[in-house]
Amino acid sequence: MSILVNKHTRLLCQGITGKSGAFHCQQMLEYGTALVAGVVPGKGGTTFEHAGHSVPIFDTVAEAKAATGANASVIFVPPPFAADGIMEAADADLDLVVAITEGIPVRDMLRAWRYLEGRRTRLVGPNCPGVITPEECKIGIMPGHIHKKGSIGVLSRSGTLTYEAVGQLSAVGLGQSSCVGIGGDPIIGTKFIDVLRLFNDDPETEAVIMIGEIGGSAEEEAAAWIQAHMTKPVVSFIAGATAPPGRRMGHAGAIVSGGQGTAESKFAALEAAGVHIVRSPASMGRRMKEILG
Amino acid sequence: MKLHEYQAKDLLRRHGVPLLAGQAARTPEEAVAAAEAIGGSVWVVKAQIHAGGRGMGRFKEEVSAEDLERAARGEAAGGKGGVRVCTSLEAVRAAATAMLGATLVTKQTGIEGKTVGTVFIEAGCRIERELYASVLLDRSNHRTLLLVSQAGGMNIEDVAHDTPEQIHRFHVDPAVGFGEWQGRQIGKALGLHDAKGLRAATAFFAALYEAYQALDASMLEINPLVLTAEGALVALDAKLTVDDNALYRHPEFEALRDLHEEDPAEIEASKYGLSYIALDGNIGCMVNGAGLAMATMDIIQFKGARPANFLDVGGGANQSQVEAAFRIITADPAVKGILVNIFGGIMKCDVIARGVIEAVKQVGLQVPLVVRLSGTNAELGRSILASSGLNVIPADNLDDAADAIVAAVQGA
Repeated sequence: MSILVNKHTRLLCQGITGKSGAFHCQQMLEYGTALVAGVVPGKGGTTFEHAGHSVPIFDTVAEAKAATGANASVIFVPPPFAADGIMEAADADLDLVVAITEGIPVRDMLRAWRYLEGRRTRLVGPNCPGVITPEECKIGIMPGHIHKKGSIGVLSRSGTLTYEAVGQLSAVGLGQSSCVGIGGDPIIGTKFIDVLRLFNDDPETEAVIMIGEIGGSAEEEAAAWIQAHMTKPVVSFIAGATAPPGRRMGHAGAIVSGGQGTAESKFAALEAAGVHIVRSPASMGRRMKEILG
Repeated sequence: MKLHEYQAKDLLRRHGVPLLAGQAARTPEEAVAAAEAIGGSVWVVKAQIHAGGRGMGRFKEEVSAEDLERAARGEAAGGKGGVRVCTSLEAVRAAATAMLGATLVTKQTGIEGKTVGTVFIEAGCRIERELYASVLLDRSNHRTLLLVSQAGGMNIEDVAHDTPEQIHRFHVDPAVGFGEWQGRQIGKALGLHDAKGLRAATAFFAALYEAYQALDASMLEINPLVLTAEGALVALDAKLTVDDNALYRHPEFEALRDLHEEDPAEIEASKYGLSYIALDGNIGCMVNGAGLAMATMDIIQFKGARPANFLDVGGGANQSQVEAAFRIITADPAVKGILVNIFGGIMKCDVIARGVIEAVKQVGLQVPLVVRLSGTNAELGRSILASSGLNVIPADNLDDAADAIVAAVQGA
């Protein structure tokens, strides 16, 4: 077991012929992900070739799904068209849509989210590194080789900081069940609580590392959920304790405004909920090792 | 992207938000001409800076050091503020003359203050009540939120903290848009009970929401929103922030950017696609990814030192971006050491290593440099640095890297 993706996941890519879409599709194929289709309007009938793989390209997600049985999508289309791509994937009733695209306007995401409400499709992202179940399926842009199969769930709002956590875990001999980057934007499809619930229910996950950052109140909401429901140990770090108020730290969501969303309030909420907090981002792996003994 | 009040009002006016007559001016003569064009016998002259608390603010050129410090703390101080009511054209001229080119210190600017390049001349009005309105994103439930209160003219965060029952929230369904019934609910919440008041509220908030949407705003705050003696609702102040991700839809906003309000190093960084924010410590940081960049700042502080900046070189930086990043970091005279922290995913560590070597050749290296490379092509990157002959302190992991740079800077 694992969460969200596994060796049975059949992936299609929206934007497979773009520069980053093409590069990462090559990487995903090399990792062993079952990439079964590409979608590029106007390029239906052509193929995406890499290292002996020949991936058919379709004009629409609906056609790609009908022809290949794809049940998940990864989106690399540019920001002005990305929200439309998300809605197209939801319209095709896919199980999972992972939106990598960075820089989608909030107004577009509000509409896309409204469209997703009440539908079965789960959105991860946008502006996220993706989801990986080591040695089974990689959907996204994370470096596959740093991951090891194991029993620690990793979830984070950030990309490279997730790699840092994974690197630390692998260094102390702890593999990962699944790693989920939920994204750094103000509007994201899957939140900490959604992923915590999945990890809590996943028999293969023994413990969880949750990496938050300043801005918003998602970590505080996660803390309340953990206190009420979580049966597995959680180690947590919050990035941005040194960030000055009112300045946006790279991610559109990472801003402390009016005393809300500070690292301190998030650390305090998590600690009160029984989470093992680490104040140094270098201690995530070590702390997990100590807890598991 | 932040806009000045006069720019925000110009945009809001085009979307039908009720406002008083007003014009921007860059010289005292323009200010007088603006007042004449507006007409009437009362005008308000308002300093235009990207910071709030202007009325309580004081000018460096006008008041004592003690009063300036009080203004920076948001306390009452002697002298005149950045918002002045004038009852003659001569008074308008005097206020504009005093403000233009002067440095306004408010609670939000800090003691260094901000230079005033533009003043806004606005008609006066008879105020019955001061109210509050804002439009913003409610991340928790993925909706646009209208926030209103009868406690206008005050810091809304204080109101939310001290008297949360005075704040009323209304969510807008993006599939339906703003409903007229919501306008009536808002009117009731603002204490407007007669037919005229409810109509005014509906019209005002429908226009406000429309403007927020059309302008791709991420925050629109009207404080105070004023109920005039004539029973009209008008936006007396306006703070507008636009979603940076949506700027491609609004090329006309580029002309509204006030580069004087931005840090020159941040402008330079943005030209290279780098995200840079100057801080007040002495360890320069260059990191890939916003989360890891924040975490790098945090670990420096955790180890007892202070970061000089936030710098995210992004996911796929090339050699010239690394060089630019290095130039920007070393241009800060406070920097006593540099920490490069890269976890290569898409980004290859050998590219970073070559970029660092090139940059050091170009700009020199007067301070200790610690480089931590992990992930894709890390070994190759490390060996390139090791054989470069540069005085680079290598580090294998985040902990060692932070220890090494803090020791190097504190030992210096």
